[in-house]
Amino acid sequence: MSSSLTGSQALAKLALRRDRIMLPAWVYVVVIGVCANAYTFNRLYTTESSRAALVASGESNPALLFLYGRLSGTSVGALTAWRYGVWGALFAALMSVFIVIRHTRADEEAGRLELIGSARVGRQAPLVSALAVATLANVVLTVLLCVLLPLIGLPFTGSAALALAIGTCGLAFTGISAVAAQLTSGARAARGLVFGVLGASFLARAVGDSAGAGGPSWLTWVLPLGWTETLRPFAGERWWVLALPLAVFAAGTWAAFALAERRDHGAGLIADRPGRPAATSLLRGPFSLAWRLQWPALAGWAAGFAFIFAVSGAAGKGIGSLVGTSGTLRDEFTRLGGQAAIVNAYLAALMLLAGLVAAAYGVSAVLRLRAEETEGRAEPVLAASVGRVRWGLSHLLVALTGTALLLAVAGVAAGLGYGLPAGGIGDQMARMLGAGLAQLPAALVIVGIAAAAFGMVPGASVAVGWTTVGLAVLLNIFGQVLQLSHWVLDISPFTHVPRLPGGTVSASPLLWLSLVALALGTAGLAALRRRDIG
Amino acid sequence: MANAIEASGLRKRFGPTKALDGLDLTVRTGEVHAFLGPNGAGKTTTIRILLGLLRKDGGEVSLLGGDPWRDATTLHSRLAYVPGDVTLWPSLSGGEIIDLLGRLRGRAVDPKRRQALIERFDLDPAKKARAYSKGNRQKVALIAALASDAELLVLDEPTSGLDPLMEANFRECVNAERRDGRTVLLSSHILAEAEALADRVTIIRAGQTVETGTLADMRHLTRTTVDAELAGPLELDSMPGIHNAVLDGARLRCEVDNAALTEVLRRLSAVGVRTLTCRPPTLEELFLRHYSERTVAALQP
Repeated sequence: MSSSLTGSQALAKLALRRDRIMLPAWVYVVVIGVCANAYTFNRLYTTESSRAALVASGESNPALLFLYGRLSGTSVGALTAWRYGVWGALFAALMSVFIVIRHTRADEEAGRLELIGSARVGRQAPLVSALAVATLANVVLTVLLCVLLPLIGLPFTGSAALALAIGTCGLAFTGISAVAAQLTSGARAARGLVFGVLGASFLARAVGDSAGAGGPSWLTWVLPLGWTETLRPFAGERWWVLALPLAVFAAGTWAAFALAERRDHGAGLIADRPGRPAATSLLRGPFSLAWRLQWPALAGWAAGFAFIFAVSGAAGKGIGSLVGTSGTLRDEFTRLGGQAAIVNAYLAALMLLAGLVAAAYGVSAVLRLRAEETEGRAEPVLAASVGRVRWGLSHLLVALTGTALLLAVAGVAAGLGYGLPAGGIGDQMARMLGAGLAQLPAALVIVGIAAAAFGMVPGASVAVGWTTVGLAVLLNIFGQVLQLSHWVLDISPFTHVPRLPGGTVSASPLLWLSLVALALGTAGLAALRRRDIG
Repeated sequence: MANAIEASGLRKRFGPTKALDGLDLTVRTGEVHAFLGPNGAGKTTTIRILLGLLRKDGGEVSLLGGDPWRDATTLHSRLAYVPGDVTLWPSLSGGEIIDLLGRLRGRAVDPKRRQALIERFDLDPAKKARAYSKGNRQKVALIAALASDAELLVLDEPTSGLDPLMEANFRECVNAERRDGRTVLLSSHILAEAEALADRVTIIRAGQTVETGTLADMRHLTRTTVDAELAGPLELDSMPGIHNAVLDGARLRCEVDNAALTEVLRRLSAVGVRTLTCRPPTLEELFLRHYSERTVAALQP
């Protein structure tokens, strides 16, 4: 066994060197998110009564339960754990997925591990080093939270529980990613598998939390993200819950090693099917090529959207009563959702979430251009009789239609899910379709920024694209609680979208956002015409 | 149009590094032109400028009578390109990629020709590109280019990754292209490949053209390197057509003009030969022997 581990340390050092920017950035995002929330709650909700009011509103509102989880107390710590515990764990999980897949399957697919494997490096060394780096990142963020949260003024025990809840969730997904990296022969597919598990985890706990009494609240217990809540940080910690993510980590690690020991280099357990010996007449130009390359991912996203928003829509049926008694609570709630009935606010919050996630999809679809360029696959296309604008446009069009499709799916699925028990399916689907598509111009502005970056600053386009998405999530999901001024909130295009359903529709912001998106896309394509490729 | 490619004084910088520094290249229509240079000499950069992927910093360039940057799209329908490092879309099969590249060029490939080439190069077109080896990826790009009816083939180190049998197949194909009147620009760092195929060659080094002409013009390029262990003493001075000779005891190392090869070998066998290796010089040897001094001299005022 020891010989199959030779070189792990050298590989781990190499991985740390390659990730010297990405790794601290991820840790920073998780840690700063938790600390900013803790700091804000500590400063703004100083009295017990103000916190109790917030808790009352949070507990009776399915939209908030869905997005953030259940409340386990009225202390500042409990509020922090409520508002950012699940999300912090989600980010830690994302970080772990990216680290593990990047240093295992992605390297193997790119052929880099072949070179390494020929050196004095054991067969299991890449997996060991990837696991070590991911574990290190999770340990570092756990320790940082353990130190920083008490400094903000939170009790140490609860801080440690929250930090461990987030860190062990990262570890659980480290184990799951390690298994996924053995199953598929492509890194994209491996990441897709883990995102599927992550999406299901979020959904299971979201439905479990917002179902209310008599609903399937046990769902919170089923998958990793929910364990962040069931540990109950700051509210009589159930320490034994920590054994669950650690068990997933251990089982995943063991399974990954067992699988890696048995399989061939480059192969996955899910075998590739042979392709067609000749192309069909459908594959004939840059547009059909872009579609062919991108549709499997889009289909996955669409299926995920359909499922998540149908279930989330159905969770809205029990909401009828108005929430909260104090005016401040209602204000807070109005800002988050809509002006009219709480149902509409809940559905509008869902559509905001759909808009943000659809924008993330659009950015990933645009950045495919950059991957094609750097991996040398743009060259044969551009050396054929295909102009740069046509090539750029081919993937931008997939991003545009994909984003629109996802938002339409989100709207229709939420309408169906809500309308099925509540009645009036047709009307619900129609108005939710409108509400979903209303997010499109804002999402396209984010997508447009990625496109402009690809044309103008290609080397930084990946960073610019994802930072923009992250910023929009920060402003629109956490901006209220951080009590950012409206000047800052106005930066996000989603701030300008009418809150639908329920809100008043005004065409002018949608028109302006569309024009901005169009201008950004055009600027990107114009810059692409003038620059060097490669 | 007498010249398919004309470039003069071509310059390109990447930050502080000068990739091309006044490069000249002329490829006549209907010829196979070898574009030779060691790694990093600027072959691929030149080709990428010819394809309109990079913008030149200075100099003049025309391709098939047009401007490769401005008229890229229209010109590309008349040429086919095989990149030096072939990367393919992992989820598409080889057969799909061959068809797609033809269609992207604006013309579907001739199915008979496609089939003949697939058989000739022994490629499994149903395999996904993810599963291909480097040589097989190279074959996909080659078949796509050879199956097209392009006037100009631009091949960047096309035989890297091919086994000797496939290399021979490739040479036959290029000769057939020449007979059909097509122009081929073939970049390589292997002199033997150029000798076997090219009508004319251009040799570049550090972004500049060092020499251009037919191989017959460059007699010194076609010398044979001889390495022999001799049975008896040899008088070097009287030997005809011999260059850079080193006699180290019984061991002789020298370059011989091909015209004098018969005479040299006759004299060697008269002395008695224990071992004998004859081979064409590598490009690197040529650079060391023929151009390093000139470069040094050129640098001095």
